[in-house]
This record gives sequence, C-alpha cells and structure tokens, in this order.
Amino acid sequence: MQGIYEFVRGPLLWLTFIVFIGGSLYRLISMYYLLKKKERWVFNYMSLKYSLRSILHWIIPFASANMRQRPIMTVMSFVFHICLLVTPVFLLSHIVLWDESWNLSWWALPDWIADIMALVVIGACVFFAFRRQILPEVKYVTSVADYAILAITAAPFITGFLAYHQWIEYRTMLILHILAGEAMLVAIPFTRLIHMFYFWFTRAYTGSEFGGVRHARDW
Amino acid sequence: MAVPATKLKEKKEIIDVGLEEGAARLTYERIEQVINRVITAEMAARMKVYVDTCIHCGLCSTACHYYLSHGTPEWAPVGKVKQTMWEILEKKGKVSPEFIKRASIIASTECNVCRRCSMYCPYGIDVAYIMATVRRICHLLGVTPQYIQDTAHSHSATMNQMWVKEDEWIDTLQWQEGEAQAEMPSLRIALDKEGADIMYSVIGPEPKFRAQLIYQAAILMTAAGVDWTMPASPGWDNSDMAMFTGDFEMMGRIKRTHFETAAKLRVKKIVMGECGHAFRSVYDVGNRWLGWKMPPIPVIHATQFYYELLKEGKIKIARKLKEPVTLHDPCNIVRGRGLHEMMRYLVNATCENFVEMYPNREQNHCCCAGGGVINCGPPWKTKRVESNSIKAEQLAATGVHICIAPCHNCHGGLEDIINTYKLNMHTMFFIDVLMKTMEIPDALKA
Ligand code: HEM
Ligand code: SF4
Ligand code: SF4
Repeated sequence: MQGIYEFVRGPLLWLTFIVFIGGSLYRLISMYYLLKKKERWVFNYMSLKYSLRSILHWIIPFASANMRQRPIMTVMSFVFHICLLVTPVFLLSHIVLWDESWNLSWWALPDWIADIMALVVIGACVFFAFRRQILPEVKYVTSVADYAILAITAAPFITGFLAYHQWIEYRTMLILHILAGEAMLVAIPFTRLIHMFYFWFTRAYTGSEFGGVRHARDW
Repeated sequence: MAVPATKLKEKKEIIDVGLEEGAARLTYERIEQVINRVITAEMAARMKVYVDTCIHCGLCSTACHYYLSHGTPEWAPVGKVKQTMWEILEKKGKVSPEFIKRASIIASTECNVCRRCSMYCPYGIDVAYIMATVRRICHLLGVTPQYIQDTAHSHSATMNQMWVKEDEWIDTLQWQEGEAQAEMPSLRIALDKEGADIMYSVIGPEPKFRAQLIYQAAILMTAAGVDWTMPASPGWDNSDMAMFTGDFEMMGRIKRTHFETAAKLRVKKIVMGECGHAFRSVYDVGNRWLGWKMPPIPVIHATQFYYELLKEGKIKIARKLKEPVTLHDPCNIVRGRGLHEMMRYLVNATCENFVEMYPNREQNHCCCAGGGVINCGPPWKTKRVESNSIKAEQLAATGVHICIAPCHNCHGGLEDIINTYKLNMHTMFFIDVLMKTMEIPDALKA
C-alpha cells in the first residue's frame, strides 16, 4: 500500500504534470502553427480591445443575454467552475503537500468551506448529467464521451470528499483520489476539457470579428 | 414560447431537382476525395478548434429561430452541426450520396448563416461558418438546390444574379430616369461618370422586379445634391449568391468585377442599396477572398448613407409618418455592421411613432430568408415560413401595421411571413419612408 502511495504521489504525479503541461502546450502551439500556415489572415483581425471586451462579457455572470435567459444554468456553471478551480488550489491538505515538497505555502480555505465546495462540484456534475438526460436539445448531441467528461471531472472531488471524511478505508481512498486527480489533469489536453485553454482564443477571435469588423456586440 | 409549427409533422418530402440529380451522380469515392480535399486544403485551425471545443451544451439552441419555431433538437445550431460536420469528420468523408443530399438541405435551407448563435455560444463558436463549409463541400460535389444554383450560374455568365443583359440594364436605368424626370426635370442617372464621388450599386433583382427603387434612389441623390453615378457595364450588381452556395471562386470573380468597376470610375466610395447579403459579401466576405482585409474602396450601406445625409443636413424631413412603425434589424447590417443605432436615428427622424420589436438590435431574430434560403426558391417556401413562427409572434406583438426592413431578403421573407400568418402588416424600405417624408427643394420640382 505504502509503495503504491509513494508511486502515485511521486513519479506518477510528475508524469501527470508533464503530460498535462506538455500536452496542453502541444495543443496550443500546434494550433498556432496550423493557424499561421493556413489561416494567417486571422491574426490581422485580432484586436486586444475587442478580445478583452468579449472575454469579460462571458466570464462575468449574467453579462450576456443568453446567461440572463437561463439563470439556473448560469449559476450552476459559474459556481461549478469557481469551485472546481478554487478548491484544489486553496485546500489545506494540498497546501501542506506543497509545503512539504517545495516549502511553498499560501492562504488556505477553512476545511468546512472546502468540503461544501467539493459537494457543489459534485452536485453540479450531477445537474449537468441530468440536464443531458432531460433537455431534448442537449440529449440529442450528447454521447457517452460527454458523461465520461463529467465523471472525470467529478471523480477527484468524490474521492477527495470520501477520503477527507474517512468513511471508507482512508489509504485506499486517498490513492484513488490522487489517481482521479491525475486522470483529470491528463484528460484536459486530450478531451473537450481543452476548452479551459481554447475558450480564451475562440472568444478573443469572435470578439475581434464582432467588435473590429462588424461593430456589433457579441453577448 | 415556441409555437408548435411542427404540428405539421410527417411532411411530404420536398423534391428539388438540383439535389436529386446532383446526388444521383455521386459515388462514394468522389465524396471521400472531395471532402478530404476540403479538410486538408481549406479547413484548418478554426474548424478544428470549434469542433474540439464545443462541449455539447446546447446553449446555442435558443439563438436559432428554426429551433424557437419548431422546438425540436434537430433544428438547434449544434444539432445541425451534429447531423453534418461531426459526421463528416468522424467518418473522414466516407459518407453516402444520401447523406450529402441531407447535409445540403440542412446547410442550405435550415440555416440562414445569420450568426445569432455565435452570440449565444459561450465560446463564440461560429456555427454559420461551419454550415457555410458544409455548403462548400456540397457545392464542390454539385449538390445544391436548383433555384439558388441558377442564380449562381447567372452570376458566372452575366456577372449579375438575374440574367439581366447589358442593354436591358441600361434600358432600365434610362426608363427609371425618364419616369423620375416627370417629378424632377433636372434629374439624371449618370452612367459611368468617371470621377464621381459615389458609385451607387444595387442587386440584380432591383432592375428585374423592383425598378422603382432605382427611381427613388435617383430622386434622393438629386435632392441631396450628390455627385453620383451608376456603372453601365457588368459590375453594377453587388449581390452574391455564389457566396451562399459555397462557390467561392465565383464569389471572388463577382467581387473583383464590382471593385474594379468602382476603381475604373475613380469614385471615392461605393454606396449600396438596401440589401443585407450583398453588404456582407462586399464588406466582409468577398473582399477577404480577394485578399483585402477591408474593402479596397470604402463601402457603405444605404441606411448609413441616408443617416449621413440627414446628419449633414443634405436632406431634410418635411413631414413625419404618422402611422406607428416598427423596425426589423437585418442580420447582415446589424450583427454584420452594427448599423442599428443609425437606423433608429433614421426612424425617429422620419416617423412619429416608433414601436420597437423585441428582441432587437444584435439580438433580433432573422427573417429566415437570408443566407440564400429564400433563393432556394418555391419548393422550400412553406418550410421557410413555418420555420419562423417566432418572427410572426415577434411582429404581431408590436401591434403596428408597418415594418421597416432595409434589406431585400428580409422584405421577401417578412412579406411571406406576414401573408401566411395573416399579420395585417406591410413592409417598407427606408427609401420608401424617405420618399413620403423628405423635403423636395422647390427648385427641383417639376
Ligand atoms: C478557466 C478555465 C475554464 C473556462 C473559461 C471554462 C469555460 C467553460 C464554458 C464556457 C463552458 C460552457 C458551458 C457552461 O457554461 O457550463 C464550460 C463547460 C464545462 N466545463 Fe469548463 N471552463 C474552464 C475550465 C474547466 C475545467 C478545468 C474543467 C474540468 C476539468 C471544466 C469542466 C467543464 C465541464 C464538465 C463542462 C460541461 C458541463 C456540461 O456537461 O454541460 N472546465 N466550461
Ligand atoms: S446561423 Fe442563424 S440560422 Fe444558422 S444555426 Fe445559427 S442561429 Fe440558426
Ligand atoms: S453553445 Fe457552443 S459549445 Fe454549446 S453546443 Fe452550441 S456550439 Fe457547442
């Protein structure tokens, strides 16, 4: 058991970060080169002002018409993403690990809040899964892969929650948690989770076309 | 929200010779070969990023009037992408002739490339571009609805959309000039006047069906004292159905002819009649194909031109329209050029009682005629009108009887909707409104 733990926390974690960062950079850089090779004109239309204008309107809750028309989805989506990104970074037990390995530490969330945030992420994934079942227009375009993405996203939070509360054998849960977290990071560059990086560019481009060429708002 | 126009399910299949015969000529090898050529030579980073980023969330659905009118998922923007591009990419082009026919129907008659959905997708994914690429593939495979293909053929043979011959064109201008001189004896439609300030260009259907618009433009130009000209040679037509069939090579030829005509006349700018798709082609799409970031000669849409004339005091309003009016924001000059505030200035300057329709400005619902859909002709008309019951609701909610729509396609599309849903309304161009409200200087009167 200890051996497995050492392995997933040590070499496998290194590998995960290498694949996550390397893979994401590969996706971004190869797209950049493809763009440069075949659609170079796109660069001529990019505008910093309109890129930022567009991004801002889509990362501020309720700043776009579509968000206002779907308040529940908007709240779920924002709460989900915020908890998803904030919890792992400001979780005390994660910071302790950073401290042990690199002597780095920063402000931590109180455990009970982190606990709730993990539940929110899990709840949101359940919500998204139900939404995929219930709304015909979403169901129509949903495939197994979409549920898999939700499972990959929820897994680190489910296992982390269970490990923290130690309801099931702690060590096993902890190892599962680390594995789930690693799976999620590795999945980002190779699945639609790449949207984490692509989002900024698609928005910037659409924003630049709408703002710079078409003098219109895109939100 | 959505009226179930889909009560009319189990429809008879629409037969379009262009699609039937086009698909009958296809082989699997040819389809695969053409699709792979488009994938490797024409699709690149944008398409890849769009397809890889789309999270299948369906948030674009309520952007689309087809979806809002029918209420079922295959009409949602992402639903249309699933039925076409996803499958094409997944199967790497190994799709059947039947599939191509269906893809052509979806891309050409179930999407107006109106770009409303890229304003609703959280990533700003341009579904209109994806649909245009599907059309491109169908064009290269020769599977295009017959009516619109005929207009594309007309473009290639005559450089105008309506098979108008050169002498007929000049004849029409002189006829309208003669008619207008009864009202304004000093009026001239100067043909090919080199060095004029403005080249006025129109779409093929104007001389063919709506020649009075040329008459009215001549009255306006004369009243405003503008130094203008119209070309006597091919190049006078700014419209572009090739852009919508996916025949980009032809689009390039049409736009080059148009720009070169203006360059030859050494005009300062091109003013275009009240047409949306033509504006898109000249201002945004065709110029890019020719390698111009922005049009090589400044191009302005008629509504902006009227706005400037009013602002500069070159035309004055003598009396405002009393009847309440509403305004339809055409996609291609609003989401395409942000002219909505100028248009509101125009409405308020010329009409006493302006009733907004909702949603409006960039959020307005498309007329369902644009993007080449109305040009697919009579076989598709019923479907087109049924696919926009949301527009009928939006129009009806204004409670007015006049709808200003400064775009030819919008006009046709809205008239069909108004007639079918019995809305007791009629459409007007801005120039129609100006003719009723503008002051004609005494010196010019007959
Ligand atoms: C800063 C980075 C990110 C941005 C800007 C972002 C943005 C978005 C947007 C715009 C959507 C569209 C639908 C919606 O609003 O819910 C979305 C959906 C989603 N995102 Fe992210 N995201 C980011 C990071 C992540 C990460 C790191 C994950 C997970 C590892 C993730 C998982 C998801 C999932 C699962 C959905 C789909 C929900 C569904 O099934 O409908 N996101 N994201
Ligand atoms: S471009 Fe317009 S018509 Fe086409 S799918 Fe999007 S919203 Fe619908
Ligand atoms: S809103 Fe955008 S990401 Fe969501 S399904 Fe539509 S195109 Fe895809």
